[in-house]
Amino acid sequence: MKSPAFDYIRARSVAHALETYRSLDGEGVYLAGGHSVVPSLTLRLQAPAALIDLSGIDALTGISLDDGWLRIGAMTRHAEVAADPMIRDHAHLFHLAAPHVAHPAIRNRGTIGGSLSLADPASEFPAVALALRAEMEVAGHDGVRRVKADDFFLDIYETAMDPGEILQAILVPPVRAGDVAVFDELARRRGDYAMVGAAVQAMVDAGRVADISIAFFSVGNKPTRAGAAESALRGARLDDATIAAAQSALDADLDPSDEPQMPASVRRHLARVLLGRLLGHLGTTA
Amino acid sequence: MTLQDTNTAAARAPHIGQAHRRQTARRHLAGRGRFVSDIVLPRMLHAAFVRSPMARGRIVEIDTRDAEQSPGVVRVFTARDLNPSCKPWTGTLDHFASMVSAPQNILAEEEVLWAGHPVAMVLARTRAEAEDACELVMLDIEEGEACVDGHAALSGDAPRAAPGLDSNLCFQTVLETMAVDAAFAGAAHVVEGDFTFGRHTAVTLEPRSVVADFDAASEQLTVHHGTQTPYQFQDIYARHFGLSESRVRVIAPDVGGSFGMKLHLYNEEMAAVAASLKLGRPVKFVADRLESFVSDIHARDHKVSARMALDAEGTILAMEVDDMTQIGAFSTYPRTSVAEGNQVVRLMGAPYRMPDYRGRLSVVFQNKVQTSQYRAVGHPIACAVTEALVDKAAARLGVDPFEIRARNVVPDDAYPFVSATGYSFEKLSHEACLAKLRDLMDYDALRAEQAALRERGIYRGIGIAPFVEITNPGAAFYGVGGARISAQDGAVVRLTPSGEVQCAISVTEQGQGTETIISQIVADQLGVAPEQVKVTTGDTDTTPSGGATWACRGAGIGGETALRAGRKLQGQILALAGQILQSDPADLALADGHVVDAQSGTRRMPLAEIGRIATYRPDTLPEAADNSLTAAEHFAPSGYPFDFTNGIQASLVEVDVETGIVRLLKHWVVEDCGRIINPLLVDEQIRGGVVQGLGPALFEECLYDETGQMTNASLADYLVPMACEMPDIVIGHVETPTNDTILGAKGVGEAGTAAAGVAALNAVNDALSPFKAEIRQTPMTPLRILAALGHV
Ligand SMILES: Cc1cc2nc3c(=O)[nH]c(=O)nc-3n(C[C@H](O)[C@H](O)[C@H](O)COP(=O)(O)OP(=O)(O)OC[C@H]3O[C@@H](n4cnc5c(N)ncnc54)[C@H](O)[C@@H]3O)c2cc1C
Repeated sequence: MKSPAFDYIRARSVAHALETYRSLDGEGVYLAGGHSVVPSLTLRLQAPAALIDLSGIDALTGISLDDGWLRIGAMTRHAEVAADPMIRDHAHLFHLAAPHVAHPAIRNRGTIGGSLSLADPASEFPAVALALRAEMEVAGHDGVRRVKADDFFLDIYETAMDPGEILQAILVPPVRAGDVAVFDELARRRGDYAMVGAAVQAMVDAGRVADISIAFFSVGNKPTRAGAAESALRGARLDDATIAAAQSALDADLDPSDEPQMPASVRRHLARVLLGRLLGHLGTTA
Repeated sequence: MTLQDTNTAAARAPHIGQAHRRQTARRHLAGRGRFVSDIVLPRMLHAAFVRSPMARGRIVEIDTRDAEQSPGVVRVFTARDLNPSCKPWTGTLDHFASMVSAPQNILAEEEVLWAGHPVAMVLARTRAEAEDACELVMLDIEEGEACVDGHAALSGDAPRAAPGLDSNLCFQTVLETMAVDAAFAGAAHVVEGDFTFGRHTAVTLEPRSVVADFDAASEQLTVHHGTQTPYQFQDIYARHFGLSESRVRVIAPDVGGSFGMKLHLYNEEMAAVAASLKLGRPVKFVADRLESFVSDIHARDHKVSARMALDAEGTILAMEVDDMTQIGAFSTYPRTSVAEGNQVVRLMGAPYRMPDYRGRLSVVFQNKVQTSQYRAVGHPIACAVTEALVDKAAARLGVDPFEIRARNVVPDDAYPFVSATGYSFEKLSHEACLAKLRDLMDYDALRAEQAALRERGIYRGIGIAPFVEITNPGAAFYGVGGARISAQDGAVVRLTPSGEVQCAISVTEQGQGTETIISQIVADQLGVAPEQVKVTTGDTDTTPSGGATWACRGAGIGGETALRAGRKLQGQILALAGQILQSDPADLALADGHVVDAQSGTRRMPLAEIGRIATYRPDTLPEAADNSLTAAEHFAPSGYPFDFTNGIQASLVEVDVETGIVRLLKHWVVEDCGRIINPLLVDEQIRGGVVQGLGPALFEECLYDETGQMTNASLADYLVPMACEMPDIVIGHVETPTNDTILGAKGVGEAGTAAAGVAALNAVNDALSPFKAEIRQTPMTPLRILAALGHV
């Protein structure tokens, strides 16, 4: 469990990072908090010629409000995500999810940008980004572009970013009156990757679900919006019958794989249970 | 008070029975521990191993040429280079009649027998460079059919797990009393069940590590070895490499946990020694987590079918048990992989008066990592099967779990008692423990709360489990089987010229506080404070030979050894003082660092003065005076072959019946380990043991696929219990000292592990009882609980 030798380059700016990446000709890997990259090196799953450290780039840090949109710099650590008052108020789902991500030591180093760039289907933050309908600010040689979360996560460890592109920030749309967020996951131990988890962002108006987005994680090869369940809920009153209908609709939304320790049927069952509980919770929170 | 005063005051009080913090704790907190992994020697090389990627196969070719050219690499060894220097080892013992196992040697020769079997060793300037080169070793292995499942391995046409075996059966035995069949035929109730206990492994904080250092000039081999049994390894290295024992020194410095895992012989340690002998340079090997999972011994892996016969009043008449233990491709050396199953079949029903018993044991080979002795050898299995059946019987009869146990335990006044399986119990205290536990946990209130919560759809469960633990083993354990494993321990106690005390002792320290209790015991014999007793352990050159740490012996055997050596030195000091003071030694005693008048306590002379005269002015002593101020004692238990201890545990859980997730709410233990030397350390041992019992009950399992690959061999996927999941553990004590020793202490290290798992299992089944669901497999994963509930 010792990594092969590699060079370390500390990027001064986004432009410097992009240039360095290009000069390494596919042999460079970006380093943020390092809590996924470094284990992969010591497990010898990858052996890059150099790590390009993004953590000194000012443009990737900071949390700010701009025209109602919350901009969270990619280098924001998980611990800051949990503690920051602006995130608590303007991107509550991230606030709720952060304590479920790993353990304190890892949250002190791991970054939101690293988590979203890695796109681990078992991670909390990608699902939160989906449920919040957040947008990713991506920098490349041709400039900066914005990618909707729905279009960002493509497959296991695969995003809409081209090799070498840098995630600069996560942009969260303005909060609306009546917005409520609930988050939970079923994990065998606190801090583990979950067996099933879900993030729900809803707008509830006079007991009716005016709008809702539901994103599951640990249920397939990418974080997954539960579109059929959302449809069953949209416009409806949050009663037992509606919740049951949303739970049944999940079968159309989720297609988990069969694993010896977690057959697809069990994951579906757990997803239904979790959704039922979250919607019940939503009813009492709204 | 000055520090001096505190010390003297402390010296007056007896220290046996007092809570003293571990003396090593401060050093470790300050980061000044010295583990084998910290040791760096001049010219030291680092080893890494190339391992078989498959469970069974024939080696066609190993091409090491590219690896040899890799930067920093000094040598690449295969079996051809190393194995001839080492006499093969075979994990059998004579008292396990007709057991078999294939001989082993350092690196795989023609066949690989488990995924992880080392086939080549790379030695380089750094571990990273050694790992780089491992990737360049080209292995050509023709894959063969692996034995994975024990039942299948026993069928006649199954492939053999190792070459030269007639069958995959390592050992079989049957233990029975006369009237088992009659007991079942006449029983009012028979309860039964099939149980599966998964494999798990030790996951010590410090992995296995060794620095082997052969100095060709002095022909001296020094092995710094993170082990619990240095003398055993001194003997093994000497015999297997043809060295004289006095030229082999094994030093176990700080050791970060062992739990039985660090007393077995492993290929990698032997490779490090062989390589050092060959190269005349120090060779270091520190297992990383990934290779720990595929080379450290695993534990348990049993399939048990069992039934219990009871009369109409719920009196247990008999048990019949069939245990299949699955052990990997070899039996481990030098203790075998049979001891676990042997204890399983002998500990069944141990707390109970049960008159009849039949136990059948089959120990089976398969192509996986070897299993062997691990904390509480066999106990959790025997305890789980017994107590799960007792709970089933209670349910069948409509009797409370406490009540059925009260009806069946051996009464506290019925000792000595011989169990149906042939164990002799000197004196146990099941009735006292049952009563104390019931109080401690406020059982009736918990039952009321459970009923109230059930109305609201919250499913809590309560499980209880009495247990018997084997401690203080004598030579009956291994010695009679021909193993060169010491049942005795030795201590040398000295008074230094300035009147301080040093104790060199063969029992060892892995973080449990052995050195602290030894200092307490010696201090009380010599009238000094424990801080004035310096204890040395873990070095075969400087401490007397002995068993060290295995099967619960540090306090009971090591402590008694220290006590006797301390008393002997006390006698010497008093004799010398008598001569110096012209007094009868019988009128003198030791207290507060002084020789005192035994009657009045008046100080006659400081110990420092004894030390000074004996060392610097022996000319002033009478001719025949013994001025050595050094006493040695070696002690082996005689009397009972083992000192059994007992206790009872209880678990309160809440089961989420929709998700199968179990929350451990609280845990209780009432334990009787005889004389308690240090209550703080005893409670720590119990708590740690409980956690090690709860881990495999809920989380820990080495999972294998059908080709024999371990599929969760990293700490990301293998779940160890962590603080968040562990309940508060409340502990109570009953003290029944053994009369076999002066000290009266028995062991405590394995008690927690023995019954914690089944207490939780019974609690989960209690919680599931409204659904007529039952679980008989550990770990109790959410998936298995959901399956029991019929959700999947
Ligand atoms: C024991 C343990 C438990 C964990 N448990 C969880 C858990 O429960 N839930 C969970 O979500 N995560 C978990 N993690 C992962 C942890 O949260 C990671 O740190 C995180 O997912 C990645 O963030 P990072 O900043 O460490 O990224 P790094 O490891 O530095 O990078 C991750 C990947 O993203 C790329 N990258 C990083 N930043 C950028 C960027 N700005 N632009 C483009 N590419 C970039 C890197 O090149 C790399 O490929 C765990 C990790 C450990 C070690």
